[in-house]
Amino acid sequence: MSEKTLTRMDLSEAVFREVGLSRNESAQLVESVLRHMSDALANGETVKISSFGTFSVREKSSRMGRNPKTGEEVPISPRRVLSFRPSHLMKDRVAAGNAK
Amino acid sequence: MIRSELIAKISEENPHLFQRDVEKIVNTIFEEIIEAMARGDRVELRGFGAFSVKKRDARTGRNPRTGDAVDVEEKHVPFFKTGKLLRDRLNGEAD
Repeated sequence: MSEKTLTRMDLSEAVFREVGLSRNESAQLVESVLRHMSDALANGETVKISSFGTFSVREKSSRMGRNPKTGEEVPISPRRVLSFRPSHLMKDRVAAGNAK
Repeated sequence: MIRSELIAKISEENPHLFQRDVEKIVNTIFEEIIEAMARGDRVELRGFGAFSVKKRDARTGRNPRTGDAVDVEEKHVPFFKTGKLLRDRLNGEAD
């Protein structure tokens, strides 16, 4: 497996190639997409991108945790966590692409 | 928020772009992420999160209705880990 890591730069390069805007503007648009998705999630909204997947915010209630090193009990406050559920299309393409 | 609402927001902020170009931009971003994972690559978007591929080993599963043993082949599944900044924002700790 190649195991490369792509970043924002690779995404903006793809936008630059596909749409023909400047590199600078392509980078700004990638940033806007991520910002709008983050803003919606921070407001507690679900972000559902068809044929990609669904990001949703889940409320976790408070619980007692334990410091694994000392064994000491520590309260964990209620928190919101993000979960991502990939679409069937994404699952199928990832499974097919990585099959031996 | 759904894909079309995301496209509408980006279009609003960029009145100089045709809506069809904004659609293409948004679709390109998501397509590029899927293609990367289909190659086994990771996509790391600082502050937002990272998409990666996890391997699930072959196992013997059971048909829950009949209880029959079935061989489940090794497979690869998409995985997303939330970035620190976004995780903090969800809990109102940043902004």
